[in-house]
Amino acid sequence: MSDTPDYVEGDLVAPTLERPEGPAEPPDGAEGTRRLHELWVAGTEEPRWLAAATDEGAQEILPADVDPEVAYEAGAAVVDDYVAEPEPAPDERQIINLGPQHPSTHGVLRLQLELEGETIRRVKPIIGYLHTGMEKTAETLTYLQGGTNVTRMDYLSPFHNELCFSLVTEQLLGVEVPPRAQAIRVLMTELNRVASHLIWVATQGMDVGALSMMLYGWRERERILAFFEKVTGLRMNHNYIRPGGVAADLPDGWEEDVEELLERLPEGIAEYHELLDENPIFLDRTVGVGVITPAECHAYGITGPIARASGIAWDLRKAFPYSGIDRYDFDVPTGRHGDVYDRYLVRMAEMDESLKIVRQVLETMPAGDYRVDDAKVTPPPRKRIDESMEALIHHFKLFTEGFKVPPGEAYQAVESPRGELGMYLVSHGGSKPWRLHVRTPSFAAVQALPVMLTDSLVADLIATLASTDPVLGDVDR
Amino acid sequence: MTGVLLAAVKVAVAFGFLMGTVIVLVWAERRIVAFMQNRHGPNRAGPAGILQTAADGLKLFFKESMTPRKAEFALYIAAPVLAVVPALLVFAVIPVGAPITIGGVTYTLQVTDLDVGVLYVLAVSSLGVYAVTLAGWSSGSKYPLLGSVRAAAQMISYEAALGLALVPVIMFTGTTSLAEIVEAQGGTFGGGLPAWNLVLVPSFVIFLIAGFAETNRAPFDLVEAEQEIVGGYHTEYSGMRFAFFFLAEYINVFNMAALTTVFFLGGWHGPRFGPPAVEMALPVVWFLAKTWAIVFLFIWVRATLPRVRYDQLMAFGWKRLIPVSLVWIFLSMVAIGVRRFGLPWA
Repeated sequence: MSDTPDYVEGDLVAPTLERPEGPAEPPDGAEGTRRLHELWVAGTEEPRWLAAATDEGAQEILPADVDPEVAYEAGAAVVDDYVAEPEPAPDERQIINLGPQHPSTHGVLRLQLELEGETIRRVKPIIGYLHTGMEKTAETLTYLQGGTNVTRMDYLSPFHNELCFSLVTEQLLGVEVPPRAQAIRVLMTELNRVASHLIWVATQGMDVGALSMMLYGWRERERILAFFEKVTGLRMNHNYIRPGGVAADLPDGWEEDVEELLERLPEGIAEYHELLDENPIFLDRTVGVGVITPAECHAYGITGPIARASGIAWDLRKAFPYSGIDRYDFDVPTGRHGDVYDRYLVRMAEMDESLKIVRQVLETMPAGDYRVDDAKVTPPPRKRIDESMEALIHHFKLFTEGFKVPPGEAYQAVESPRGELGMYLVSHGGSKPWRLHVRTPSFAAVQALPVMLTDSLVADLIATLASTDPVLGDVDR
Repeated sequence: MTGVLLAAVKVAVAFGFLMGTVIVLVWAERRIVAFMQNRHGPNRAGPAGILQTAADGLKLFFKESMTPRKAEFALYIAAPVLAVVPALLVFAVIPVGAPITIGGVTYTLQVTDLDVGVLYVLAVSSLGVYAVTLAGWSSGSKYPLLGSVRAAAQMISYEAALGLALVPVIMFTGTTSLAEIVEAQGGTFGGGLPAWNLVLVPSFVIFLIAGFAETNRAPFDLVEAEQEIVGGYHTEYSGMRFAFFFLAEYINVFNMAALTTVFFLGGWHGPRFGPPAVEMALPVVWFLAKTWAIVFLFIWVRATLPRVRYDQLMAFGWKRLIPVSLVWIFLSMVAIGVRRFGLPWA
């Protein structure tokens, strides 16, 4: 992408540190005990301090007398932890755990805060409370089953996960899905983007104290979910977009349903604008809060609405179009300040743009098949099974063994509501992925929380956390 | 002896009235907020769910009251009591209706009328901050501590604005007795407008805003901001101890609405007509109608506005409300002087 403007201003903030020489001393009392992490690194060149970095003891925020460079290398502190002001007396600070059970951590995120009064001096996100090993699970599921797995990662935008998984599989298979399937995929993912942003606006409102906002956001989302249920049979975790196309054609009368959505959703969105846009308390709570600069976005891998709110005009739908989305006309809204309010404006505008795409899909939906006509990838129509022995065999093979994917590696990224959702697939030629790595936007957003939160107030933390819209299923996988 | 008996009856009636009010108030708040949010709200227990609060109260009564190991036990159990008692005491001086005459004896519809009623109200209601602060501190837990620090700062700051907002009222009516303040609003201005203190608009607005903060209601509910500090000062309380805080909060809301009515909306004044029995009861109806209108405002605001931040709250209190109050006190002083003595050059 040579025409991509370079938004990085100044140097990146990551310091260049020398690794400490030789293994560091293990934490007190750890001598003689075998730890899981030591087993993992046995026989490798990794020094022991790296093994200890993920130990329970290292998860404490290190005391000030520990060398900050070591703390940084061990992952117990990040660059932004360094406080320029003189250290106050230790008893003026307290360490407080926000989460994993807390009303507004959006799941099970745990934030370890060092507070001075109500001012946050240091913050450390601790993840893993929802880790269920889904990437590893993907290696035991066929490509047809894989969709049921990935759709549960970011449970607020399941279609994007399925789309990404299908696209990366199709890349290795070398199949081209028919235009109608592409259009259906765009329709569902863009509606999903609106549904996901509706959840965000609901929780953002609730977290700054506008309780009614939550119910209003839910109300509009419910309409979209009802449409999803009609099309896929499920409200969430649909497994509808599959390698080779989609699971089923759109139901009869889908045009009227979408037409009604396009009529009702803008009404609801207009109400949110009315309720929040110029509300002085909402402005006080969001303007200038949780700022992240374009340079920091680049350094921490922030993509999606958070980066766009900082002024980075980067949208994968424009940069690397997929599923024929470049056929539709839409804009990429960007902000300038990178604060919570700009993220609010960007996401609200994105909902309008998504509805614009949905309108175009509705008007230009091509006729044709909803999945690729390749008996090795998609199951035969039910009728053919009665007539053709070959079709029966294909059906049987497809649902017992699954289709085989040629050896190779592929990366595919889609613009999920939270940013760049990427899947890196390695196939060794079997009917199951050899390795599936998922690059999730929420992970990057959570790791950048210290940048946005250091030296802010507890109330700002809640507003900022909501504005980054993390899905913990997406972070932990 | 009859005086003591009369006082005892009045206290019992006032107490029962407040308890009944809280039951209706909690239910009303939940229902109204629910309707504003496209929900149904409690609608199972009793007709339209009106027994929901009683059921919740009964549940809390039978719940175990747990004490954190690090709690300062004496203060920990004293705090809920400290919350409820001042809330109940404030109501003692509020006149809920015109004096009624039965069998030649006149009874005031007020537990007691103090000459220094306004000062008494301010003094007693500011005791409430002790309950919140002590509850947060004595819990021996971090979130309650944050909540109680917020509470101490907030309630002390807005206490000042609340008091200053009443100064023009006292100057205007020339008394600090609540019954006499209501009496003074009895007549009409020319043109038939009721002579309510509502003409002191800035005072009314400041008093209302400070009242929201004083009762820890949205948008100033950061003392118990669920999204930020979980439950605030009462995070570690359960069972009846929690119920006491809950009770105190809603009594305070009703008291604040009643005080707004007394100070600015003419108290129980309103058109009186009909047969003697109806005429006698009407002032109470007017008083309750006005008070519930203010209560509805409290509920409406809660369903609409986001919550302010700690530093913004303090800045608003000290940099806006208090200076405006002081300027307004000066202006009303000049106006009252002109009204009484004429223009200095005339």
